[in-house]
Amino acid sequence: MSQPFRLSSGGRIDRTRPLSVSFDGRKLEGFAGDTIASMLIASGEHLAGRSFKYHRPRGILSHGSDEPSALLSVDWRADRGPGYRDPNNRASVVEARDGLVVKSQNRWPSLETDIGAVNDLLSPVFVAGFYYKTFMWPRKFWDRVYEPVIRRAAGLGEAPETRDPDRYSNRHAHCDVLVVGAGPAGLAAALAASADGEKRVILADEGAEPGGALLNDVTSTIDGRPAMEWVAETIATLDARENVVLLPRTTAFGYYNHNHVCLVERVSDHIADAPEGIARERLWQVRAGDVVLATGSHERPLVFENNDRPGIMLAESVRAYINRWAVLPGRELVVATASASAYRTALDAKAAGMRVAIVDLRLDADCGPELAAAREAGIVVRTGHTVIRALGRKRVDGLVVARIGTDGSVGEKATLACDCVAMSGGWTPSVHLFSQSRGKLVFDVERDAFLPGTAAQATRSAGACRGVYDLAAVIADGAQAGGGSAAPQASATFTGFQPVRVLPTDADPSRVKAFVDFQNDVTAKDIKLAVREGFESIEHVKRYTTTGMATDQGKTSNMNALGLVAGILDRPLPAVGTTTFRPPYTPVSFGALIGPARDELFDPVRKTPIDGWAEKHGAVFEPVALWRRAKYFPRAGEDMAAAVARETKAVRTNVGIFDASTLGKIEVVGPDAAEFMNRIYTNAWLKLKVGGCRYGLMLREDGFVYDDGVVARLAEDRFHVTTTTGGAPRVLRHMEDYLQTEWPDLDVFLTSITEQWAVIALQGPKARQVLEPFVSDIDLSEAAFPHMTVKTGYVCGVPCRLFRVSFTGELGFEVNVPADYGEAVWKTLFEAGGRHGITPYGTEAMHVLRAEVGYVVVGQETDGTVTADDLGLSGLVSKAKADFVGKRSLARPDMVAAGRRQLVGLLTKDPSEVLDEGAQVVDDPGQPIPMKMVGHVTSSYRSENCGRSIAMALIEAGRERLGETVFVTTPGGFTEAVISKAVFYEVKGETADA
Amino acid sequence: MLEVNVARRAPALSPVVSQASVAIAQSAPQGRLAFRIRPAALAGRSDIDGFDLTGPINSRISAGEGDGAGRRTALRLGPDEWLLLVGADEVDERSEAIGAALSGAAFSLVDVSHRDVTFEVTGEGADVVINAGCPIDLSAKAFPVGSATRTLLGKAEIVLQRLGPDSFTVTSWRSFAPYVRGFLIEAARHPH
Repeated sequence: MSQPFRLSSGGRIDRTRPLSVSFDGRKLEGFAGDTIASMLIASGEHLAGRSFKYHRPRGILSHGSDEPSALLSVDWRADRGPGYRDPNNRASVVEARDGLVVKSQNRWPSLETDIGAVNDLLSPVFVAGFYYKTFMWPRKFWDRVYEPVIRRAAGLGEAPETRDPDRYSNRHAHCDVLVVGAGPAGLAAALAASADGEKRVILADEGAEPGGALLNDVTSTIDGRPAMEWVAETIATLDARENVVLLPRTTAFGYYNHNHVCLVERVSDHIADAPEGIARERLWQVRAGDVVLATGSHERPLVFENNDRPGIMLAESVRAYINRWAVLPGRELVVATASASAYRTALDAKAAGMRVAIVDLRLDADCGPELAAAREAGIVVRTGHTVIRALGRKRVDGLVVARIGTDGSVGEKATLACDCVAMSGGWTPSVHLFSQSRGKLVFDVERDAFLPGTAAQATRSAGACRGVYDLAAVIADGAQAGGGSAAPQASATFTGFQPVRVLPTDADPSRVKAFVDFQNDVTAKDIKLAVREGFESIEHVKRYTTTGMATDQGKTSNMNALGLVAGILDRPLPAVGTTTFRPPYTPVSFGALIGPARDELFDPVRKTPIDGWAEKHGAVFEPVALWRRAKYFPRAGEDMAAAVARETKAVRTNVGIFDASTLGKIEVVGPDAAEFMNRIYTNAWLKLKVGGCRYGLMLREDGFVYDDGVVARLAEDRFHVTTTTGGAPRVLRHMEDYLQTEWPDLDVFLTSITEQWAVIALQGPKARQVLEPFVSDIDLSEAAFPHMTVKTGYVCGVPCRLFRVSFTGELGFEVNVPADYGEAVWKTLFEAGGRHGITPYGTEAMHVLRAEVGYVVVGQETDGTVTADDLGLSGLVSKAKADFVGKRSLARPDMVAAGRRQLVGLLTKDPSEVLDEGAQVVDDPGQPIPMKMVGHVTSSYRSENCGRSIAMALIEAGRERLGETVFVTTPGGFTEAVISKAVFYEVKGETADA
Repeated sequence: MLEVNVARRAPALSPVVSQASVAIAQSAPQGRLAFRIRPAALAGRSDIDGFDLTGPINSRISAGEGDGAGRRTALRLGPDEWLLLVGADEVDERSEAIGAALSGAAFSLVDVSHRDVTFEVTGEGADVVINAGCPIDLSAKAFPVGSATRTLLGKAEIVLQRLGPDSFTVTSWRSFAPYVRGFLIEAARHPH
């Protein structure tokens, strides 16, 4: 039989549904309802992995999500190809099903024979702070030797290397009461909270089955019947209530502001033939009116030498495996305890057929009714005893125990043969979520635990997570937290424990390994060493020793570590403090956090109405904010330089057509619109005539350039504002901010019209010729329609706002048509323009063309620290206006100081050399490092129209230095350039400014 | 007014595929007017050109007969903000009429018909599909039929209307439409 340790009856497994999984290549057998851990135990095995630092053999400590040791790599869908594997799954919570391929971790070549175990022998070297002490000198070893070595040695499990093919979904939900945990307290709370049929209740539990600790319990009764009958009845009642949502396999891992709680639901990992396309996990973002935390408690291990040997488990977990999964964790059990609850394990284990002995740290007089019960059952109980050490290596085979004298001395020893140890150092309430909610924790001496104190949000804790352990009291507490009062009667629970940090021993404490944090391999002596070296704050001890910093966040270890530090320092525990609990409660997959935000749903890719045409015509695109814009239109055989040279030439000789639809557009409307413009922009607007356009410059409150654009006055009370592509959202926000908070007296309204209009720019000497045939109601002549004016009418028969503007220096029009017509109008103009040599151009040519004539691009020439005067645009800053945004800041000493960096041109000595944008400018390349940098290159291009390279730069007092030579950094050194005016090309013929 | 002689084209979207009970379909072109006015400037008028403006914030009121011309829908999105929905070919007419009705008052009326794209999300579980990316409470109590609000869907800003218990519209700016559509279709795969 492959399950020699499976009981023939009992348990919550379904014996009619056998299954098997692959564990390190061998077949494990079990039943529906099993976990990998229970299947391992059924097979008689405890060895499940090797530890993080010392590669010690490790078994299964717990039966829940607090498991620190039995971590597995799980390939959830090995049959569907690569990418379905993830590391560090806790064997105790991986639900078994056919098809799982699991592997132990941190071992090579095999779990049984692991080379890394040599670390255990070298352990005197690997003391706390080992890395900090050892890998200090020489400095040059940091990058090449120490870091790679540490990286290879450290870490747990192997990160997935291929793309995750699974689907993850996201869901927002609201409820009146969120209950976290479906143990007795949570069930009672949900029952009470949903009783009126009105309140929306969500009950979430991380387990596959509700019931919490009652799932491990075969003796407790509720209202005189087995406790699980009450659970089943309660679930049936809740299920029947329309106002209740039950979420099994759902972990509440993060508690944020305003009762926003994040839960991850494991939707399909447990389903063998999960339909293709079903989500693997779902992230629930719940906003709850009230939260009831019924998260239970974690059992504390005992700290003694070799307490990490496989076969040594938490006492409640031994009980859980026997009762819930019907497997015996061994034949010969020693229960080592300082807690009454472990007696229940002893009694159940004996009833299940194990040979049982109890070693209790407590004296007879300190025990409760559990002592008599055990003795009555014929169990030998050694009270007033300590555990000196465990024997055995890959499996515990004995426990050395000793009587403790009245003076605390270690007395007579005995060795108890065993193949399983159930240990209990008492209980630690799970206050993680309460702490995350920013609630204050209060130390309770009687229960030796931090308990929820004053809540910061609408949250209540119930049951064991606030130190209530007796079943009847737990249920009553839950019912009360759910707003009810009536609660059923229940049988008494063995409660109470004697706090202990490290078990008394006569061994040399500096030589023994008694583990506090199993996952990060932190021993009691590591913590003692840290304190001896001067780390007194628990936050420092934690970081120095890494205790509590593993993926289990110290669920089983924190109280032992804290108590140990307090004990060494001889301070009360609260004085040492507790570490802060941070999300996530248990590890959460990246997939669940990302949800659908991948590939095309990672971010919206905004496309213009003309994008399809551009794509068809071979455009190369670039991202600009969220937009994708055509960068250039290469013909066969052209690279970017060739395409841009051709496009820029065509604009200056014939005509170019450019998609400017992404420009931000805001319609500013209202009787006070002109006054509003006057306050937002630096220049004057009151006198701009209807039908006129003006270039506007906008500052932030601090006086630096924020955005720019052409603004048209369509009516006395209506402006059509354009902004930069990337600046559109922030300009609208900036305007709204001032309107709503500073000038609520102004009757002005702002509407984003960026996407209402497709914008087609026609630029070049033949622009008018291309446009003319399609315009019947607008006189395009220079006299009737001069530069910087706007007219409304029809182009190609569709309504149009036609701008006579130019960003190239050439004759130019910007045709604004409603977006749905954009592509058709573009096509019409492009086809008709063929005989005029019309050439589509992209953003790269646009940048070159504007630089040739010295126009700045906000965000390219500016970086948030550049003033209008720095750009040579002080003429746009009104001296007459009483106020505008940023005006006061312009008088600050720094803003008017001499020597500010000013915009100039840079011409390389070698006209074919194109400077790097962002390159630094120095006066003397021979000066010692660090050199004095006098400026930097902001824009740099090869200009076909100029027949050479051109660049713009911000250089200290640059305008006074025209003609001087400076040196500009290159990847290889420096190159020479001469400072010039930032205008490089003179437009011939009919210019924009004619 | 000249005859429109070029084709109108909404954002190019591939045909909608939905395996689920929730259908996602793009609405036909519609006239949309962004209407802003301070309540005081309404001077007690509840009706402007047939648009009922009395609804509370985050509600919609649809007045008039039938589905086509003559139906006037006003979405109250803010204290001084409405989105007016009219037939696609009625925009100019309505704008003039509203302007005439409000002569002398301070208000803003801007044509945003082409700015926005609307999807209809219908079928059992439509609320769950929208809640995949929209954080607001869509229960019948919190967001009853007749609600309309500006909110978020994933990373896109949307205007959400509830037309029936299982019938919503999702409106976004046109360049966000492919994302919004993709998001809804993804969410409609196994929504429960």
